[in-house]
Amino acid sequence: MKFRNTERRETIVLQMTPMIDIVFQLLVFFVFTFKIVLPEGDFNIRMPSATASESSQPSETPLLKVRLQANDEGDLVRVQLGDLVLDGDAPFHQLQSQIREMISDDAGPGSTDQEVEIEADYKLKYRYAMNAITAITGYVDSNGDQHKLVERVRFAPLAEK
Amino acid sequence: MRIRPRGDTKIVEGDLTPMIDMTFQLIAFFMLVINFSEVEQDQRVQLPASELAQPPRAPYEHPFTIHLTRTDRYIFGGRELSELSQLKSALLKETQIIKRYTAKKLADVTIIIRADKNAKTGQVQEVIQTCQELQFEKFALRGKQSDVPTLGGP
Repeated sequence: MKFRNTERRETIVLQMTPMIDIVFQLLVFFVFTFKIVLPEGDFNIRMPSATASESSQPSETPLLKVRLQANDEGDLVRVQLGDLVLDGDAPFHQLQSQIREMISDDAGPGSTDQEVEIEADYKLKYRYAMNAITAITGYVDSNGDQHKLVERVRFAPLAEK
Repeated sequence: MRIRPRGDTKIVEGDLTPMIDMTFQLIAFFMLVINFSEVEQDQRVQLPASELAQPPRAPYEHPFTIHLTRTDRYIFGGRELSELSQLKSALLKETQIIKRYTAKKLADVTIIIRADKNAKTGQVQEVIQTCQELQFEKFALRGKQSDVPTLGGP
């Protein structure tokens, strides 16, 4: 009977270190790219107090007025651009199209010095105001590129509550 | 004279791979963790979403952040305030500090307004008006970035 020579058998050692390194790299990468909260962004508006602005910059183009009406709960009831009432499922989308037509942004960004004044009801929820500002200041095309429309946005002076 | 056999000399070589690995890990970690804009976030405020909200390209020179919660309260400088007059006096103190100790103009100070999506628009306007009375001119309305269009429509 022949015995196998057990001493000659080679032990295979797996190199675990590079694998663990790469696994940690991947882990760190995914931990950081995972967005729990979306990043925050700003709308920059320059709004000097009324007396100062009138003296410094007389505007040549007529002021566009956007009126946002709310009910008692603060929900949006009506959007109005000048005298035009925008009703429908997506009033802010309509507002955006109207402003795009008016501005005709083919000339490129910053081609207009149009100013828009937002007149909102006191109780209106802020997210509708944000929607209006979004609709007025620009749009995102199908390629995901941002285009600017009107950069000068301001709030109308506050009426009584 | 004895000649040393040549093959005997061993080159001592430290294994640099794990060290480089760790260094890259650290570099990657700090690159991702570093935050230039020092965002002031607060759980009491849920920002409205907008696809056009862009993070500031450069950090503001001298920002003040005013938070507005859905329960109609103001948060400024870490303190929760319930009245606009309190906010005004707190801001007034800041303006005096700026005027006395720095060369900056109040018009260059950016007021970042972080208002809750269900806060009242009128209250945001009141805050803006109050700041205008104190000669502030630059405002940044903060919103949450959105990957989907927020205006509805086709």
